[in-house]
Formats: sequence, C-alpha cells, structure tokens
Amino acid sequence: MATTDMAGPGFRPAPDRRPFILRNPSVMYFLAALAVFTLGVTLLSEATGVGFLSTSFVKTLGKTLCLCLVAVAMDVVWGYCGILSLGHMAFFGIGGYAIGMWLMYARTEIIVAESLAASVIPPTPDEVRDAIGSQIFGVVGASEFPWVWGFASSLPLQLLMVVAVPGLLALVFGWLAFRTRVAGVYLSILTQAMTLALALYLFQNDSGLRGNNGLSGLQNIPGYGETSQDVISIAFFWASALALALGYVLFAWVVSGKMGSVVRGIRDNEARVRFLGYHVESYKLFIFTLTAVVAGIAGALYYPQAGIINPAELAPIASIYLAVWVAVGGRGRLYGAVIGAAFVSLLSSWFTGGGAPAINLGFYRIQWTDWWLILLGLSFVGVTLFAPKGIGGLFDLIAERRTPDRTGDYGPNDGAWRKEEGREE
Amino acid sequence: MSTLLEVSGVSVSFDGFRAINNLSIQIAEPELRAVIGPNGAGKTTFMDIITGKTRPDEGRVLWGEKSVSLLSLSESQIARQGIGRKFQKPTVFEAQSVRENLRMSLKNPRGPFDVLLARGKPDDETRIDEIAAEIGLTEALGRRAGELSHGQKQWLEVGMLLAQDPRLLLVDEPAAGMTPAEREHTTDLLKRAAQTRAVVVVEHDMEFVRRLNCKVTVLHEGSVLAEGSLDHVTKNKDVIDVYLGR
Ligand SMILES: Nc1ncnc2c1ncn2[C@@H]1O[C@H](COP(=O)(O)OP(=O)(O)OP(=O)(O)O)[C@@H](O)[C@H]1O
Ligand SMILES: [Mg+2]
Repeated sequence: MATTDMAGPGFRPAPDRRPFILRNPSVMYFLAALAVFTLGVTLLSEATGVGFLSTSFVKTLGKTLCLCLVAVAMDVVWGYCGILSLGHMAFFGIGGYAIGMWLMYARTEIIVAESLAASVIPPTPDEVRDAIGSQIFGVVGASEFPWVWGFASSLPLQLLMVVAVPGLLALVFGWLAFRTRVAGVYLSILTQAMTLALALYLFQNDSGLRGNNGLSGLQNIPGYGETSQDVISIAFFWASALALALGYVLFAWVVSGKMGSVVRGIRDNEARVRFLGYHVESYKLFIFTLTAVVAGIAGALYYPQAGIINPAELAPIASIYLAVWVAVGGRGRLYGAVIGAAFVSLLSSWFTGGGAPAINLGFYRIQWTDWWLILLGLSFVGVTLFAPKGIGGLFDLIAERRTPDRTGDYGPNDGAWRKEEGREE
Repeated sequence: MSTLLEVSGVSVSFDGFRAINNLSIQIAEPELRAVIGPNGAGKTTFMDIITGKTRPDEGRVLWGEKSVSLLSLSESQIARQGIGRKFQKPTVFEAQSVRENLRMSLKNPRGPFDVLLARGKPDDETRIDEIAAEIGLTEALGRRAGELSHGQKQWLEVGMLLAQDPRLLLVDEPAAGMTPAEREHTTDLLKRAAQTRAVVVVEHDMEFVRRLNCKVTVLHEGSVLAEGSLDHVTKNKDVIDVYLGR
C-alpha cells in the first residue's frame, strides 16, 4: 500500500503499476495458502510423499478444491452481482458429462480394441464403433451412438464442449431471463426450473446419456491404464489446485476496479446503474455466462475424481447447497466462498460418511447420517439471521483490530492514531 | 440557443390518477430552468418520463438536433444520449467509496468489455480529483459513500452528475439537507454548469430559486401553470392561489 503520509487536499497516491496480484493482498494471501496446502498434501500423499493421506482422501481433497472453484463462481454471480442463481450446479454437471463422455468412449475404445485384436480378420472401423456402442449403451438397451456423442472420440472437441455447452446454455437462458428483467425470487425459481428440467431430461434413457446410470468408470484415464490411482489422484489434485488458483485470480480481477464497481452497483441498486448509462442486462449476462463456464470447468475436474456422474448430480438441491456454502462462508468476498465450500463439504462428508460418532441420549441415538442435513439447515438459518457476513466475516474482526482509525480531522499525521494523539493526558 | 428537449402533450395516469396532464415544456441548450410546484405537482414524474423510468400514456418527448424520440429508448440509452439525473432522495452506491462512485459515473465507454479492459486511465483520476474538489469531498474520496452525511451525499450525487458530462442535467431538489453556505455553493455550481449545458432544477426553496435567477416553470396538477421570470410567475394570480398563497 502506498503510504498515506502527507495526505493533504488534492493529494493522490501515484498510480499503482504493480501487477494485479501484488496490488491485492487478499489474492496473494489466498494463493500462498493454497500453495502451502497443495505442497502439504503432496508431501503426505501416497504417490509423492510419506503416504499419510490415503488415495481416496486425496481425491476428496481434490474434489473439494473443485467445489471451492464453483463456489467462487457462485459468489461472483450472487455475492457480487446479486443474481441468486440456483442453477449453477447444472453447469458444473454439464462440464462433468462433457468430459465423462470422452473418458468413457476412449476407455471403451481401448478395451474393444484389445478384445478384437485376437480375432483373425482385422475389424473394420464400423465394427469397432458398433462394439463400443453396445458396450456403452447396453445398459439402456441401445447400441446406436446418439448424436450428442458426435465429438466423444476427440479429447480437444470434448474439452471445448466443457466450456461451450455451459457457456451457450447460460448465454441463451440469461439472455431470455435478463432481457425481460426477470430478477430476484423469480429468477431463482427460473434457474431451479432449468436445472430440474435438465436433470429430468438426463434421467430419460433416450436422452443418449445412459439415463439414470449416468457415466461411470471415469477415474480410469484412457492411456494411463498402467498408472495407479494414487498417482492419478495427486495429478488431479494438482490440476484442481491450479484451476482454483487461476479461477480465483480471474474472478478477483473481474470484480476489482471499475468492473467491480459496476457489478456491485447492479447488486445494490440496478436502476441507478441504468441511469448512469450502463446496460445492466449485458453485465448480468456477462457475469452469468462467465461463471457458468468456470462452473463447467470445475465439474470437468471433479467427476474424474468422483469416478461417476449421474443425473441426480444436477438435481435442484445441489445448486441450493452451493448457495448455502457461499452464504455460510460469507458472500461478497471470494475467500469466503472458498472457506464455506471447503468447510461445509468436508464436514458433510465426515458426518454422512459415518466419521462423526453417534450421540447416545439414552432414549434416542443421534445418527449423524440422518441428522446432518438438519444440522446444516439450522446452521444456515443461524448464519443468515445472526452472522450475515458468514465465516469470512471473522476476518473483518482481525482487520479492524489491526488498522488504526484514520477518519476524523485530529492530529498531524494521517496514518497515526489521531484521536489518541489529540487527547490531552 | 437551440431547443434540446421538447416535451409536448404528455400525460401519465397511475391507476386512473392523472399525475401528468397534457404537459408541454421546451428546454434550450444552454439554459438554466427552475421547476417549482406544490407537493404532488408531478415534478419528479416529469423527470421520470424524460429519463425513461415512466412511460407516458400519450405525448412526445423529442431530443437533440435530430429530434430523436426518447420514448423508444431504454433508461441506459437515454443516459448515454447525454441526460444525467440526480434523484430527489440521494441515491449513491453506499457500499462503495466516493472515488468509486465518481469513477463509475465518468464519461467513458459503457460496455462490459470496455469497462473490463480499459482500466485506470490517469486522466480519469485527475478528473475525479477535480470534481471532488469542486464538490468539497476531496478529504472523503476514500470513504464509503454510506458514511457521508445527507448533504454530502447530495454533493456526491451532483458530482456524479458532473462526471457524466451530460448535455442535460435533471436535478431534483439538490439543496435538501444542505446548510445555507452549501446551498449558495450549489447555486454557483449549477449556474456554472448551465453556461454550456441545459440544466433543469426542481426546488421548493424560493430563496434558492431566486438565486438561480433563471426562467421558472410552475407545475400544478401535472401541467404548466405559468412560465417566465420568478417575479413574473409570483405575480400570477393562479400561482398565488395554488402555491404561494397557502
Ligand atoms: N409510481 C407511481 N405510482 C402511483 N402514483 C405515483 C407514482 N409516481 C408518482 N405518483 C403520484 O403522482 C403524483 C405526482 O408525483 P411526483 O412525485 O411527480 O410529485 P412531485 O411534484 O415531485 O412532488 P414532491 O414535491 O413531493 O417531490 C403524486 O400524487 C404521486 O403520488
Ligand atoms: Mg418530487
């Protein structure tokens, strides 16, 4: 920070030409914390360290980082821009499906190639494709490749789908909704309807995405059949950490400066922003689409670690949880979203995974697998009512204690404890 | 002096209640115009119509040399045509600093990508400092707008209006909550702005209007009751009856 010495009327600190990250201490702290965490996990993992952390736990942590990334996106769209989207997990799921299609296709292709290699007559490409088709779609009683699998054989194209499909869906949906100035509760309901419709569509067998079976075996990375899961898990953990770091910096940049002013202005009083000449709908559309794309990327990193994706992942409740994480962590600050997502999702897997000991009240045994959701609901209500700033609000207490009160007209020096100086002992 | 804004035959009803009734007003450029009238006369609604907040039931609102109809434009398009507005109840972005409020208002390209990519021009910061000095908020530039007093918020909104560099300024009750000295400063500021632009000021305070020393339009029940110099309109029998006489 520039010194505030000698701040007189008309004084202005020289324009800050340092890189964006250095100018924003909170971004720097976050990246440092993430780096330390990544290093720690690396040193404790089975593949690259002492083996203190099991492979499945490394996967849980990697998945958590992806959830943090989608939570950061949610915070930008809700906490900064004021659009309470309850559909962002749909974009996350679409990203997962997009990468899952390639993973399933390419792996099945290898298996089919191996089994057909033994045959006397070399198989024709059509035969190979049919064999892959019946392998993948056998569970839904089909063997034809639906049109949505058109690009599934190509990794680059399917990676493009990871960003293009959520992006286009968000663009079209957002354009229709914002243009007619649907806002507030109505918009939230509309986003819920969108994710519900998508989930119901995917549940159908003839949607071409294996209905309620979803896509599975995603943890097996084609071409790395020999590589053991502990190595794959740490590789995905690193990729997730990198994605979170990049996404965090991207969003911190977007919500800084004048763009951040306009976006927060839209949240607080969108009519006023209009009268300043800004086309509010374009800004909303931009934020909605950008966050949807990042959600898709987060999903594409999450599901290979989860191993399976099915339509239930796109259920409306998933997007509501996302909002709860951000609220618990503290919306309107990016690190708050990260804290909320990490804290609640890890706690949730501890409780629902049987990690938490059941409490015996004598007359009743509290089984956390049943009671966790109620606890979560109650804490959400509690946070909303009593700590609207969420967990992230605790950082304000620290910051307030550290920085002296620089307001008022006392004393000679702008950086000093002016009121203290002005007081006569 | 040419006509910048022409409002003609405009009417608006809210649930059957005629707030604006066949209203016609012309504003030239440059011009300083005061609009007075009792509570509920339709002064704010008049501004709502020009800025696109309220769509009139009938009538025309034409703007500029090309006589563009403002009725077919959205709020943000109208603002970009060069019409700036200060609201009756000061509306600034309370969660943001005074500097951020002014920076957002500065006349610059308004598209999302323009705003995202064009960052921190040094000229902009110089301009912000000039405006802050003019509205007496230099010391407060780093403070949150929500911490300002009512009068200071009024100033900030006037500053935001100046930052937009509009051709037409619509100023709704700028002096409310200001000390006499501040009022005087406000009149100077508005008069100076009106040397090169059109400025329409709604105000209840007669002393304030007198100091503006400009053409006055008296509104009553949604239409023009009288128009002319302050002395001229205050002598008007109708005006005395409905407004001053009470
Ligand atoms: N959106 C609205 N819905 C219903 N009635 C409205 C609306 N806006 C204004 N009115 C009515 O229109 C009339 C004119 O209101 P307006 O705010 O324009 O008056 P004004 O001249 O600005 O008064 P004041 O001096 O109190 O600010 C009032 O009777 C008001 O109640
Ligand atoms: Mg009014």
